[in-house]
Amino acid sequence: MEFRRQTLDNGLEVIAETSPKAYSTAIGFFVNTGSRDETDEISGVSHFLEHMVFKGTPTRSAADVNRELDEIGSQSNAFTSEEHTVYYARVLPEYQSRASDLLSDIMRPSLRDEDFEMEKQVIIEEIAKYEDQPPFGAFEKCMRAHFGEHPLGRSVLGTAETVGSLTSEQMRSYFEQRYSPGNIVLVASGNVDFEQLVSDAQRNCGAWTPFHVARVTPRANEHSEFQVIKKDTAAQEYVVQITNGPAADDDDRYAARLMATIIGDDTGSRLFWELIDTGRAEFASISPYEFQGTGMLMTYLACRPEDTAECLAQIRNVYEHAQHSGVADEELLRAKSKICSDLVRHNESPARRLFSVGNNWLQRNSYRTVRETVENYQAVTIDEVNAVLSKYPLTVGTTVAVGPLAEITT
Amino acid sequence: MANQVYSQQFDNGLTLLAEPMDWLESAAFSLLIPSGADRDPKHLLGLSNFVCEMAQRGCGSRSSRQFIEDLELLGVDSSGSVSNAFTSYGGSMPAEKLADALTIYADVARQPHMSGEQFEDAQQVCIQEVRSHEDDLAHKAMTELRRQRYPNPYSRVSYGNLETIQQIKIDDVREHFRVFHQPQGAILSVAGKIDWPSLCAHVEQLFDDWTGSNQPIDETQAPAEPYSHIAHDSSQTHLAVSYDSVPYSADDYFQSHGAVGVLSGGMSSRLFTEVREKRGLCYAVYASCETVRTRGAVVSYAGTTTERAQETLNVLVDELLRLRKGVREEELQRLKARIKSQLIMAQESSSARSSQIAWDWYHLNRVRGLDELSSIIDALTCVTINKYLDDNPPRDFRVVTLGAKQLEIPRGIS
Repeated sequence: MEFRRQTLDNGLEVIAETSPKAYSTAIGFFVNTGSRDETDEISGVSHFLEHMVFKGTPTRSAADVNRELDEIGSQSNAFTSEEHTVYYARVLPEYQSRASDLLSDIMRPSLRDEDFEMEKQVIIEEIAKYEDQPPFGAFEKCMRAHFGEHPLGRSVLGTAETVGSLTSEQMRSYFEQRYSPGNIVLVASGNVDFEQLVSDAQRNCGAWTPFHVARVTPRANEHSEFQVIKKDTAAQEYVVQITNGPAADDDDRYAARLMATIIGDDTGSRLFWELIDTGRAEFASISPYEFQGTGMLMTYLACRPEDTAECLAQIRNVYEHAQHSGVADEELLRAKSKICSDLVRHNESPARRLFSVGNNWLQRNSYRTVRETVENYQAVTIDEVNAVLSKYPLTVGTTVAVGPLAEITT
Repeated sequence: MANQVYSQQFDNGLTLLAEPMDWLESAAFSLLIPSGADRDPKHLLGLSNFVCEMAQRGCGSRSSRQFIEDLELLGVDSSGSVSNAFTSYGGSMPAEKLADALTIYADVARQPHMSGEQFEDAQQVCIQEVRSHEDDLAHKAMTELRRQRYPNPYSRVSYGNLETIQQIKIDDVREHFRVFHQPQGAILSVAGKIDWPSLCAHVEQLFDDWTGSNQPIDETQAPAEPYSHIAHDSSQTHLAVSYDSVPYSADDYFQSHGAVGVLSGGMSSRLFTEVREKRGLCYAVYASCETVRTRGAVVSYAGTTTERAQETLNVLVDELLRLRKGVREEELQRLKARIKSQLIMAQESSSARSSQIAWDWYHLNRVRGLDELSSIIDALTCVTINKYLDDNPPRDFRVVTLGAKQLEIPRGIS
C-alpha cells in the first residue's frame, strides 16, 4: 500500500491509498460541510443539497446521472453528517476514470427549480420515515439539548417545516459559500491509478473557482438536563444520554474508544453483562463521536418502559464504579484485540478504507496506515484509559427519553 | 475469477465447504444447523431461537462469560441467529485464529450447558427481542406479507411471541436441542485465507463423532388472506406487496432475478425512477427475489406519508405489472454491469463468500463458482428474460398496508 497526495492550483486536494492487488477502486468527494455550518433559516440544507447533487448538471439530467452510475456497475451513494458531506462510488478498476469524471461533474450541480421541488417531497418522506423508527428522534433531540446554541445542536435532516420552506436560491447561496475546491478532498482507495486520478481531476475540477470558507469550532458547554417525551405508539422506551468526550484532534481519543469498548460495547462489555445478558434491556451501549473542537460519548438504551428507571440507575452504577475503580488489565487486552481485529478485517475492503482515509484527512489533515492505527491502540495504557474516565465523566450529561412514559423518576 | 470450492461430506450428514481466498488476511465461517423456526412446536413458537440463545451461554469447558471473552481475545466478530430453516452461528476473524474459533463453536453446537441458572436471563432476552420488533413497522408489514404468502410453518418469524416464550420451560429447551441440533443436513462453510487439508483434518476431529438425525416437518396451515391492513398511528404508511415467483434452485431463477434487477437495485431501476425520482412519493422503495425452502416470491416495499399512500401503491403495482411487457436491452446491459461488478467485489469479503457457499449448498447441493455465475449472467438476454416473463407473468399478488388509513387494492392484482 502506498499513500499519494497532490493539490491542484485551486486548492482541491487529491489523496489516495493505493493497493494494486485490490479488486475494486473506491472514489469519493469529501466536502467539509454539514449541518453545523447551517443557520436556523436553512436547517437541513446540507443534506437536501446532497440529494440535489444527483439531480444533474448543465450537461446531464438526473436520469443521465443515475443511468451512467449503473452503466459502470457502480455501488454509489452519499451521506451527510454534522460536519461532512460525502459522495462516493465503488467500481471495478477499469471504470476509475468514468467514475471520477461523473462524480466530478455532479459536484457542480445545476440545482434546477423543478428538481428542487420534487426532491423536497423525497426529503420530507425521509424525515417521516425516521419519525416512525426507533429511537423516534431521541438522538436529534438529545443533541439539541446537550449542545444548545452550539452549531452541533442542529439536526442533519432538519424538519418538515424548515425543509418545506427552503428555497432553491438559499441552496445555491449555501453551495456558493461551502463547495469551494479548497473545502473539498477527492479521496480514492484500492486499485487506484493515481496519475490518472490527478490528471482527470485537473481536467474536470481544475477550473473550479476557489473562495474562502470558514467554520467556527467552539468547545461545547456542558449541559445537564433530563427530558422525557411521550410517544404513545412506541412499545419500548428509548433513552439517549450525551456526555462530553475527546475532540477529533485530541490524543486521548484512542483511550476513549478503548474505554467505551470496555464499558459499553454491544457485546462483552460491562453494560452488556449488566443489562443485555440478563435481558433487562433490549439494547445498551456507549459510543464515542469526535467532532472538530469538541466530542461526545453517547449512551443508548432501549428497554421496557416500566424498567427504564431501574436500567438508568444500573447504567449510572456501572459508570460510577468505573470512574471510581477504573478498568482491569484483562478488559483492556480484550478491547484492544477486538478493535484491532476489526481494523485489520476492514482493511480488506477499499470501500471501508475510503471512509477511514477521507475522514482522517478532513478531521486531522493526516494519513495513517492500518498498522499505525493498530499501534496507536496497542500503545494505550490502563492509566490513560482511567484518565479518560476522570477527564470525561460519564455521569454528567444530558438525557432524552422517548417512549410511552410521561415521566421517569430517577 | 476462477475460484475453487472444496467440499467434504462426513458420514454423520455434516457437509464441510471451503473456498480459499489467499489474497485476504481474514477467514470467516458459517455453521448452519437445520433447526429453524419451522421446527418449533405450535404452542412454543420461538423455541429454536431460545435454544440458540441458551447454546451461547456456556459450552464445553467455558462458562457463559468465558465463551464471550475467549472469542474477544481471538478477535472473532461472532453471531448467532435463527432463521425459518436454520440455527446459524458465524464468525469473521484474522485467519490464524480460525481453528481456535471453530473449536469453540464445536462446543456450542454439541456441548452447550443448557444450565437452569441461565434460563431466566435467556427468557428475558427472548422477550426483549419480541418487543424490539414491535417498534419496527416496516418489518411488521413484511412479516405479515410472508404470513400471507407462505404456508405455516414457513412464514414464521424466529422470535415467537410473548405468550409462547413465557410458556417455554428449561426441559423444552433441552429436549428441542437434543432432537434438532443434529449433524444431518448441517453445513459448515469457510472462506478466506485457509489451508484445506489442515482445515479438513481439524473439522473432522471436532465433528466426526457427532451423531444424530433430523425430524420431518409437518406442513399444515394455509396462508392468510391476500390483503390485510394493520391500523397504526404512524407518520408513514408502509406498503408491502409480493407476487409468486421461482425459488433459487429453479433453472430459470436468474431470469426472474434479472427481471427484478430491472425493477430495483440500481440508481436507474424502474421503481426508484418511477416512484421516487419522477414523482417524489417516497424515500425508500425496493423489490427483491426471496426464496423460502422450495418456494419463491418477489417482495416489494415502499414507505410513504398517509396522504400519498394510495398513489404510491398504485404506481408501485403498475410498475410490477408492467414487467409483463418485458425488459429492454439497455436496462439489461446496466443490470449485467452491476451484477458483474458485485461478483468480482465479493472476492474482497470472506464473510460474504462463506455465507454464499452455504446458501448454494443448501438450495442446490453444490456450489456455483464465480465463473459459472459469470457465464449465467453473460447468457441472459432480453429474449430469455422476456420469454420467462411471458410464461411467468407477475401474478398471485399479496398486499399488506400498515398505517393510519386502509387503502384500495389497485385493479389488475385483486
